[in-house]
Amino acid sequence: MTNSTTSTTNKHGQKRVVVTGMGWITPLGHDIDSVWRRLLNSESGMGPTTRFDARTFPTNFSAEVRDYTIARFVKDAKVHASAGLNSQFALGAACQAWKQSGLSDFAGLNKKRVGLYLGAGEGVLDFDQYAASNLAGWNAEQKKVDGVAWADTAHKVLEKMCEVEQEPNMPLAHLAREFGIRGPALNCLTACAASTQAIGEAFSLIQRGDADVMISGGTHTMIHVLGVTGFNRLTALSTSKGDPTKASRPFDATRDGFVMGEGSGMIVIESLEHALARGATPLAEVAGYGSSADAFRITDIHPEGRGGAASMGVALAQAGIDPAARRADGRAAIDYISAHGTGTKENDSIETRGVKRVFGDNAKDIPMSSIKSMMGHLIAAAGAVEFITCVLAIRDGMLPPTINYGTPDPALDLDYVPNKARAAKVDICLSNSFGFGGQNDTLVVKRFA
Amino acid sequence: MSRRRVVITGLGPVSAHGLGIEPLWTALCEGRSALAPIRAFDARGFASASGGELPDSYDVKDLVPKSYRKATKVMARDIEIAVGGAVTAVADAGLRTRGTDPDNPPTIAPDRFGCHIGAGLIAADLDELTAALATSRDAAGKFDPAHWGQQGMQELTPLWLLKYLPNMLACHVTIIHDCQGPSNTITCNEASSGLSLAESQRVIERGAADACLSGGADSKLNPMAYLRQELAGRLAKCTVDEDATRKVKPFDPTSPGALVGEGGGILVLEAEDTAKARGARIHAVLAGTGASQSWCDDTVGLVPDATGESLADAIEAALRDANFKPADIDAIIPYGCGVPALDSLEAKALERVFGASIGAKPIITLAPSIGATVAGFGTIAVAVATKCLTEQRLPARLNSAGTGSLAAAAAPSESRALRNILVCTPSLGGQNSAAVISRANS
Repeated sequence: MTNSTTSTTNKHGQKRVVVTGMGWITPLGHDIDSVWRRLLNSESGMGPTTRFDARTFPTNFSAEVRDYTIARFVKDAKVHASAGLNSQFALGAACQAWKQSGLSDFAGLNKKRVGLYLGAGEGVLDFDQYAASNLAGWNAEQKKVDGVAWADTAHKVLEKMCEVEQEPNMPLAHLAREFGIRGPALNCLTACAASTQAIGEAFSLIQRGDADVMISGGTHTMIHVLGVTGFNRLTALSTSKGDPTKASRPFDATRDGFVMGEGSGMIVIESLEHALARGATPLAEVAGYGSSADAFRITDIHPEGRGGAASMGVALAQAGIDPAARRADGRAAIDYISAHGTGTKENDSIETRGVKRVFGDNAKDIPMSSIKSMMGHLIAAAGAVEFITCVLAIRDGMLPPTINYGTPDPALDLDYVPNKARAAKVDICLSNSFGFGGQNDTLVVKRFA
Repeated sequence: MSRRRVVITGLGPVSAHGLGIEPLWTALCEGRSALAPIRAFDARGFASASGGELPDSYDVKDLVPKSYRKATKVMARDIEIAVGGAVTAVADAGLRTRGTDPDNPPTIAPDRFGCHIGAGLIAADLDELTAALATSRDAAGKFDPAHWGQQGMQELTPLWLLKYLPNMLACHVTIIHDCQGPSNTITCNEASSGLSLAESQRVIERGAADACLSGGADSKLNPMAYLRQELAGRLAKCTVDEDATRKVKPFDPTSPGALVGEGGGILVLEAEDTAKARGARIHAVLAGTGASQSWCDDTVGLVPDATGESLADAIEAALRDANFKPADIDAIIPYGCGVPALDSLEAKALERVFGASIGAKPIITLAPSIGATVAGFGTIAVAVATKCLTEQRLPARLNSAGTGSLAAAAAPSESRALRNILVCTPSLGGQNSAAVISRANS
């Protein structure tokens, strides 16, 4: 696959960075290939919410990770006994990626040159005990919580480790413990953009020479009382009645919001130099990363898709791709876009506008789909899972579909790969993630050659 | 390939001494402590009832453009700190932004203006949430999810969630000052600010922005966040009748623990080339940064790494990044929160890096004056380091005696020739960050 002429730097003299391992824990399963098959088979991971009693909530369905235990993955489950769901998902995904990378068996690994950059969400609080403490402290007359009464109950019912494990840097701690990682370790939490941003920044740390290898990705669940409450109050979730598998309808005219998913996607990336020196097989190359802020409004996306267009533009420029140009064989500048594609009215129309703004006439020839139609929105973890599907699309020459696409929206006129997976020649993909709060991130990944 | 240098042109620390560097610097030099009984909530249910609370005069409504006042309703305290810090830093740097001067073109083009703000885990306002929860109780007074789903949750304002997402600090700051460049929110407990400043450095270096509003903010003065600090073993026992100003003794093994302080803020970091081109006043240079992860026997880091090895790695990485040797460092600002096991970790790390010379490097301790500022720490520390360099002065140290190999015992402020200052911290979770700040024109 490679020969002695392979350059380990790009034309700007920067280190090339490749993907050498991938793993995920998702509502559609717990290993790369079976989940990928289900995505190509247009299957949905949605069902009634079981993590709490959501029966009367405006949204009572979600895409939950089922039948999962870390015992199958980690060396010693005891050292992770207190792990919350986020850390549990992260461990399973990262163990897969680590194993595939071959680093688990590489005796020459310098663990001080291995880093972590995750986009992990905050952990899940023990809602029943939290609510009990709050209500025990509630003074109805003064309409406030009495601090002393609250503390009295809270000290009795809230558990130390459950509280500590809610810190968003705890998945870092668990992964560092599992793999003995001692290099730079960071967690970012830019809502739905977090793990795309984490991969981009991990890529940039390797390019800078701060680490040779990074585990990157995201992990999250917000399928809990306050998570669903928060998004229901924002009217961001689908409230479709009937079959939950039909609820997530990105780009469809009848779309009415996203469906909450949960899980983790993790990758191992390393400098090409490091990968080649140890005889690893690059799965793909990270070619570009762009980050921007909308700086517009707290809740609304800039109507012209300014922020998303900016992050796409920067990522493409770094990858040396002119979005408006065609390749020698007549193909558009890239082969596939993994859309943020949440299924909210606003996101899907503005993302479409942003893509058109960046790619011009090429846009209509670039397939763009949303796997959120099948596995829901993994929030902070969404970007990592979607990045992995881009690598698989390159590997297998298959594009995952946007399912539940039935009623075209006249304003949304791109190729959303409706309902059925499609074979295609895939060498370059772009993956978008846009966060509540206005942070936008884009990655470009290409076939390693 | 020569690297783009990153300079500090604006300071916007927020602490228990108030807004901006001047009140903080004056108090530090005079040896005053702002630690006092907590007013934000009735903390008498905790063994520790004192902390470093922002002055009552701190009102975010006075610190945002008039057109933005409505948005202050959806700001958690952490967001208020970041927003106030940003407007202060922008003014200090002499920048025009959409928020400070909407009628004139901004100094920094919006797409060249980044924003990196570290944050903590933000706890919901208990009064607001519980007022809603209280409407959904069953006959036994217990929470009733069925009623909540149908009706109770409607009591919460639609934007409720947006008060507590950690990236809302950057969201508000980027909107107010029109920063459309790269923006991130780093959440690594005590290391959050330091890692955010380092990320701005990388972003500016790689040419993705010319300037960044960078820093971090945290307030643990909320019963739930406070409880988590207590459960993590951070808090010193301190009743309301005890003198909190004398409680915290960094690097003194008799220290009873930490008292937490609200704070953090924002710094303006700029590429030296573009800063000079606009004629900016350069306070100091962000010469180098480093990061690492500790091995934690207990996985999560409640028991701090006894060796200090990984924090030492982060410090050495920052020195290498700055192209410095240990002898180039003239003073050090560690986290020094007064929790003996954490202080010991830091002391071990400093001994590893500096050897016998550590005794000759003055340690600057902030915690006795403003408390342990968690995700806000690195921002305040770098602001103080910058001021030390411009004033060529060390602030006073309070309370500690018998600080072993470290020059951290109580001492008055003194003038001192200072070239480079190291700022470092470990964190709960095991992430370490370090940064070296250099005197401008050195």
